[in-house]
Amino acid sequence: MGRKTPGLNTSSMSDISFLLLAFFLLVSNINTDQGIARRLPPPLPPNQEKPPDIKERNIFVVKINSKDRLLFNGEVGDIHDLKDRAKEFLGNPNNDPNLPEKLQMEIPMLGMIDVSKGVISLQNDRGTSYDMYIAVQNELTAAIDEMRNELSQAKFGRKYADLTEPQAEAIDQAIPIAISEAEPTKIGEKK
Amino acid sequence: MARFTGKKAKETPGLNMGSMSDIIFMLLFFFMTITTMRESSLYVSIKVPKATETIKLQKKSLVSYINVGTPMVGEMQKKYGTESRIQLNDQISEVSDIPLFVESEISARVEADRPFVTFSIKADKDTKMGLISDIKQELRNSGAFKIFYNAAKGERK
Repeated sequence: MGRKTPGLNTSSMSDISFLLLAFFLLVSNINTDQGIARRLPPPLPPNQEKPPDIKERNIFVVKINSKDRLLFNGEVGDIHDLKDRAKEFLGNPNNDPNLPEKLQMEIPMLGMIDVSKGVISLQNDRGTSYDMYIAVQNELTAAIDEMRNELSQAKFGRKYADLTEPQAEAIDQAIPIAISEAEPTKIGEKK
Repeated sequence: MARFTGKKAKETPGLNMGSMSDIIFMLLFFFMTITTMRESSLYVSIKVPKATETIKLQKKSLVSYINVGTPMVGEMQKKYGTESRIQLNDQISEVSDIPLFVESEISARVEADRPFVTFSIKADKDTKMGLISDIKQELRNSGAFKIFYNAAKGERK
């Protein structure tokens, strides 16, 4: 009978792997990046004439002042009303002559459909807090998301998030993110 | 002597620790797969605003971060004051450094991915919009149009 080979002492192996584990826990973070995606408009060419004026009925002005207060089309407003106001403006369900015009458009997968010509113009002050700005962007996103969901339920019987890519693209064309941001005012800036 | 008296000293058998390391390794691999490396340590304190309509940031490899916030309490505040500052990569920077940052971030990606590079603005909720607007203007002028406002998911007030 040959001699038994003595077993390796592996009790410290777990200590070593614990060390490794602790190291990775420290240097890594769990991915929790959430937020709101936006597209910036390309810069204007320097010697361009003014862009054509937009009709007054096609524009909904949201202003945020340096004290984080809101103005909708010149009237004092509340953040909780913003979503409904934006939906009413972009949807214009009753074809109100004071609300934006619609353009008949042929969109693949949807057929002829009314696309609103409305643009939400967002202007803030340099002293506006980022928190308020995100709150406003959030409400506007909520309005657009709800409208997209309604349209996709009506056309495809599914939520917008469950659509295939070409379907989602069609919906995006029918209800674009029509938010235009104006140059901020400079009232609240600290000198 | 015990051998002769026939008495045996009773010992409690040791626990078998052989599989302990396997278990820990499993944990280790689990954490390694679900987490990502911290890219750089933050020198500015950031508490992102809350929003309800957030989406997940896709394709982390195509995202570059612009951190905005007040310098951390302590050394950083002594050096840079308490006004909101921008942190690009590993250093506190000025708004005028953004075009160069955009350039280097975009050229660091392979050709095919370049149009999809997203710049994520991770800003503290008490930042003034003046600074954010300047950043957006610089991004716009340097051809970075895809942006992302970092926000935490949650009900406001």
